[in-house]
Amino acid sequence: MEFFFEVLIGGLLAGVMYSLVAIGFVLIYKASGVFNFAQGSMVLFAALTFVSLHERGMPFWLAFAVTLAAMVAIALLVERLVLRPLVNRSPITLFMATLGLSYMIEGAAQALWGAQVHGLELGISDEPLALGGVLLSQFDLFAAGTAAVLVTALSLLFSKTRIGLSLRAVADDPLAALAVGIRLQRIWAVVWAVAGFVGLVAGLLWGARLGVQFSLSLVVLKALPVLIIGGFSSIGGAIVGGLIIGASEKLAEIYLGPVIGGGLENWFPYVLALLFLLVRPAGLFGERAIERV
Amino acid sequence: MLYNEAGQFSISYAGERRLFRLRQDRRALALLLAFAFVIVPFVGNDYWFSAILIPFLVLSLAGLGLNLLTGYAGQLSLGSAAFMAVGAFAAYNFGLRLPGLPLLACLFLGGVTAALVAVVFGLPSLRIKGFYLIVSTLAAQFFVSWALTKFGWFSNDNASGVISAPPLTIFGVDFSAPVGRYLLTLSVVAALFWLGKNLVRSELGRNWMAVRDMDTAAAVIGIPLLKTKLLAFALSGFFLGIAGSLWAFTYLGTVEPHGFDLNRSFQVLFIIILSGLGSILGNFLGAAFMVLFPLLLSNLAGALPVGLIDPGQLENLQKFIFGALIIAFLIKEPEGLARLWQRFRERVRLWPLRY
Repeated sequence: MEFFFEVLIGGLLAGVMYSLVAIGFVLIYKASGVFNFAQGSMVLFAALTFVSLHERGMPFWLAFAVTLAAMVAIALLVERLVLRPLVNRSPITLFMATLGLSYMIEGAAQALWGAQVHGLELGISDEPLALGGVLLSQFDLFAAGTAAVLVTALSLLFSKTRIGLSLRAVADDPLAALAVGIRLQRIWAVVWAVAGFVGLVAGLLWGARLGVQFSLSLVVLKALPVLIIGGFSSIGGAIVGGLIIGASEKLAEIYLGPVIGGGLENWFPYVLALLFLLVRPAGLFGERAIERV
Repeated sequence: MLYNEAGQFSISYAGERRLFRLRQDRRALALLLAFAFVIVPFVGNDYWFSAILIPFLVLSLAGLGLNLLTGYAGQLSLGSAAFMAVGAFAAYNFGLRLPGLPLLACLFLGGVTAALVAVVFGLPSLRIKGFYLIVSTLAAQFFVSWALTKFGWFSNDNASGVISAPPLTIFGVDFSAPVGRYLLTLSVVAALFWLGKNLVRSELGRNWMAVRDMDTAAAVIGIPLLKTKLLAFALSGFFLGIAGSLWAFTYLGTVEPHGFDLNRSFQVLFIIILSGLGSILGNFLGAAFMVLFPLLLSNLAGALPVGLIDPGQLENLQKFIFGALIIAFLIKEPEGLARLWQRFRERVRLWPLRY
């Protein structure tokens, strides 16, 4: 039983890491209806930039600030060069544009900083912590704490600040928001910048976990089923989805793996998400679209 | 006045509805086919056949497969490579388990198997729409490559999951030389393009387009959604499956499940973005671009002074340019390369005059 709880809690904590990437997605989807496939590449770019600057002798916080500035610059460029010319196009077109964008960002990141694997030390010991007989990774707890802080900050941003309110207005109805004088383009730039920041945080945590390397951009593939389960437009949903995926994936690997052969972590979340969708086509917290002809 | 239509009247419904209504189109197509079947085998060399023409033909077929699903029926898919893999491994197994089965029958059965698998993963499409459908196709992608590596049976218990092409003989004629493989690929691809071109103007093709444009409206006017969508998945899977077997048998000669990973799916998707969604001819243009562009880029880099571009950077550069091109095309020419050809045709119709 203790082993079960250990696997379960380990899975839940790992799920939080998925949620971190998914949150960046949700932000952009909420404010602009763009399904941003490039979020994984943004995570890679942020982590790679940070670690390369840090290795060249920049102190932690300076490197953090410079990387953040780079992410904001990317956000501005994306808004200006990709989103603005594509305004009013179908969501599928925008999705494919972000696919192109992810290729660009990956190419640029590796051209700038090379393709070798960098180690990243955040100064958090990974010694397991015994809590009530269950061994927990300190690093995972730290990641979960970071996610909690991030979600709180984001929800405060959405509910208390002026920019957050206009963001929600845009999410609700872009045309009405335009009509009351909210500047759509600025909102998009802000949202992509915030998503870049979330990507940086996710990149640091994932980078410390896996090493900073190309496979970081594949984290996006882990975040997709999380989004599907949680719904594309709910930050809370991204967290819940992450927990569900993380826990069930680990449990499946441990208990189902020996029966049908291991290595099912790659596809299990997708099949699970598919089953969820058959029951709730818009995810747990997604909004059901009403269709008219 | 190269493309003058004047005087070409259709005096029967059959004439109005023929595949290529214009005389010029028919002649150009006949010339092109004659050129590809008769002249190219004599003038081409082995490098051209193996490294350029065969992958070009196979990729255009794969593009056609995805185009039927995404471009015509409007169902987004990121799992094309999975269906290619199913086709390749199924065709291999049919040849292996049923000795004496002719090669073309293996290809056909491989395509049918891929179609069945595609239908299974297309089943959620009635209930799930738009981006959520990505999950179904990605599930196919990851599940198929997992199953093919996990269970040795699929690759006849080869330790690394590699399958190799059966002898390429049809009616006792050996097609295993590069020229033969080229001709075999060309014949299969030409036949399937003829089928595809006819499909999209059939009733089914029209239903697909109605579903693509607005599926609720399509349902209201009495188009059976489930049947239409599943047929789109099935036919797309069939075309992709055959493209996959050709990829394994005539292009590479040997393939492992890893050869059909997510990147291959993206490659096929990029072909149809560049070529223009919902265009038959465009698949050729997109595939040609996909095959020739990396060659062009590496040749250009080779022509530059040494040290200007690090060969290691070439791949990153290529990735960057591809991404930029995708975005540029989506912004400037969302209907793709096919639209450029259409514009050219409109121009030459009036040729010496502008209007």
